[in-house]
Amino acid sequence: MDRKRESLLPALQAVQEEHGYVPDEQAGELAASLGITKAEVYAVASFYGQFKFNPPGRHSVKVCAGTACHVRGSALVLDEWSRLLGVEPGQTTSDGAFDLDRVACIGCCSVAPAVMVDGEVYGCMNSAEVRAVFNEVSACDERASRAAEQDGGACGRGRGVDDAG
Amino acid sequence: MRRNRTAAPAGEDGAWTMPADVKGAPGREGGERLRTIAVGTATCGRSVGALEVLEALRVEIAERGLPYRLVEVGCLGHCYAEPLVTVETTSGRVNAFGYLDAVAARYLLRTCFGEEEPESDFYLGRLEADGSIVSEALAVRNALERRVVMENCGIVDPCSIDDYRRRGGYASLRRALAASPDDVIEEVVQAGLRGRGGAGFPTGAKWRTCREAAGARKVVVCNADEGDPGSFVDRVIIESDPHAVLEGMLIAGYAVGACEGRVYVRAEYPLAVDRMRQAIRQARDAHLLGENVGGTAFSFDVSVFEAAGAFVCGEETALIASMEGRRGEPRLRPPYPAEQGFLDRPTVIDNVKTLAYVRHIIGRGARWFRSIGTASSAGTAVFCLTGKVARPGLVEVPLGSTLRTILYDAGGGMVDLNAEKPGRETPNIGNGGYCTRPRAPETVFKAIQIGGPSGGFLPASALDLPVDFESLRDVGIIMGSGGMVVMSQDDCMVEMARYFLEFTQSESCGKCVPCRVGGQLMLDILGAVACGEGGEESLEALRSLAAHLQRASACNLGRTAPSPVVTALRFFEDEFKAHIERRMCPALVCRDLISYEFEDVGCVSACEQCSVVCEAITSAYGYDGLSGRTYRTHEIDDDLCVRCAICVDSCAGVNHRAVRKVTPAKRQRTEGAS
Repeated sequence: MDRKRESLLPALQAVQEEHGYVPDEQAGELAASLGITKAEVYAVASFYGQFKFNPPGRHSVKVCAGTACHVRGSALVLDEWSRLLGVEPGQTTSDGAFDLDRVACIGCCSVAPAVMVDGEVYGCMNSAEVRAVFNEVSACDERASRAAEQDGGACGRGRGVDDAG
Repeated sequence: MRRNRTAAPAGEDGAWTMPADVKGAPGREGGERLRTIAVGTATCGRSVGALEVLEALRVEIAERGLPYRLVEVGCLGHCYAEPLVTVETTSGRVNAFGYLDAVAARYLLRTCFGEEEPESDFYLGRLEADGSIVSEALAVRNALERRVVMENCGIVDPCSIDDYRRRGGYASLRRALAASPDDVIEEVVQAGLRGRGGAGFPTGAKWRTCREAAGARKVVVCNADEGDPGSFVDRVIIESDPHAVLEGMLIAGYAVGACEGRVYVRAEYPLAVDRMRQAIRQARDAHLLGENVGGTAFSFDVSVFEAAGAFVCGEETALIASMEGRRGEPRLRPPYPAEQGFLDRPTVIDNVKTLAYVRHIIGRGARWFRSIGTASSAGTAVFCLTGKVARPGLVEVPLGSTLRTILYDAGGGMVDLNAEKPGRETPNIGNGGYCTRPRAPETVFKAIQIGGPSGGFLPASALDLPVDFESLRDVGIIMGSGGMVVMSQDDCMVEMARYFLEFTQSESCGKCVPCRVGGQLMLDILGAVACGEGGEESLEALRSLAAHLQRASACNLGRTAPSPVVTALRFFEDEFKAHIERRMCPALVCRDLISYEFEDVGCVSACEQCSVVCEAITSAYGYDGLSGRTYRTHEIDDDLCVRCAICVDSCAGVNHRAVRKVTPAKRQRTEGAS
């Protein structure tokens, strides 16, 4: 067994960390440096849920599908996001604004059902709350683009965006 | 998380001093001793604002020069009361406060944080050295609880090796290094320690196999790929007490003759990854890792491997495949990893909890460990109580405790949806589509799900079952990694069974046919049943497919995947039949079998919150001829309704519950009539 092969997953993780996804070009470079085919790189990368192959949207919406959230109605929450954004879980909106994902437990069972938007946890969600969060994020986006037109100013969202970067 | 780095004043002197050992605590000018405030900042606390509480306390203490030092600790297990803060008083007593937010924390700091017997809604009780909170309300929990692996969780500063050592850390390692590796293995065998990852394989036997296996450069892997939905015990232990896991790995490494250790942890647990890496750095600096551990001939180093998000990688051969840079597909055993594992080197793979027990066994002896639990299942188990339980969180109890005591004594019984938390408005729980009457109805126990997607459901009649490896195996389920999800009358068993099977099906690696195809077939049938399109043969087909999966799958993922369906069918067959024969969902969950409708004179406010948010609702004036009053009537267009429950939520938001759910669905009733 080729010893270098072991470093494939950490290398893929580093690529994704840098680009937000695994670009085709990088997959090729990785294959060359490890002495395996690009197909092998994709065979491994596509097996794991962590890796994405398309550029991510500007905002990531992760709806927790852990059991605690599920029994408190996370399916309704996911449906509402899906309707609002017009995409299915795992997809990005056509304007590249939102990623919608259904994720495994994010460890916030005491505030179930929980949604993570850009790294910020919003707990005790229901359909009405989802609309409120969506409006908040969209409004922030609009403000930001307007500010960018004027002087390139930053945006501050009401309920915190500390992990947006 | 950026914010916590700036707000982490806990230096190396950020010691947590318990009542028993208040000595040598650094003094301030003027001789006043700095008292410790510990904020629980594990992920469960952070999700409800622990970092804001920490920041508020930091600012307030700095501005007013208060005699406190702030420490970040892990999770005490009382997740329901997060953010949770413990405060040391002048006498050395430690008090716990829960349900805080930044405002409440600042307020309490000005008022009763320093008091011996605070009178406050936020006061939970006195914190004992073993991490239990003493109060009247928690007395029954404390009587049941037995904290062993959670002894340090929420008390020790996870970022400080010195703090860990002050609480007796790394003493067991010293003790093990003074004995022969065979003696260490013998002690673990005598203790009867069984793997806490789910299957319960004897740990000592595994270690012995690995020690006797031919091959150099043996490896110890800590399996922290905790993928079960509904379980977060491993995460809490690593976030709260990473050195305990590291010490267990060192002892295991010494016992089996390994030179390398790896912590295989989910990338979705960023805080656990950070804390483990930090603990490894600290241990290296203290010469507890690397060449010649503690000045002996034993050399051992540990690194962290971030798992890339595949549930099947919790299975040990799949875990090895993924560490080798391949697809995480399991292979047939034997050879077992203990003989031929990572890169064909003998590899011991133990769960986080298993390794965390090791230092207690070496430190206090096998006999002590055997004195807890039952004859065949020694020691304790940590359970993760979630779902419709009053106090969700972690609880560590001796093996052999009954489900009833775990649920009612430790978990506080069923959740009361009308309960209020101190300092908060009525919590917004429970109206996610469930409450349809003026006050939320009492939640009634229906089932408990043990062991995540590999485990199964148990009904109320099984509540007196002792929880240990054998008793659970006898009813056809496995312990799994300790998840316990409590379900009430509002949970549909068909839907829950489908949920768990959907999870295992999407995580199936696809290598063997029974799991890949059989699982999908079962899922299709369950989907049809949930839509009211099941037939007489559905249940028989489910049972037969389940038997095939259990017999013919290549690994435990496939073999245990049908367990939720099988147990749901065994104990709740009536509910399946209601879906099939009467097209009814008794729990009012399955969306194709329910409709929303307004109660006749339910609406008393005419606020129109509902018709504003939903296009399917039309409202009109009604006139009551008897009283001469006008009122609002509402209609929901059943074909437009997408069952999002926003009408229920918006109505509950103004304290009315005029909308209710009915089954079977209106459209089905009309179909039936025509």
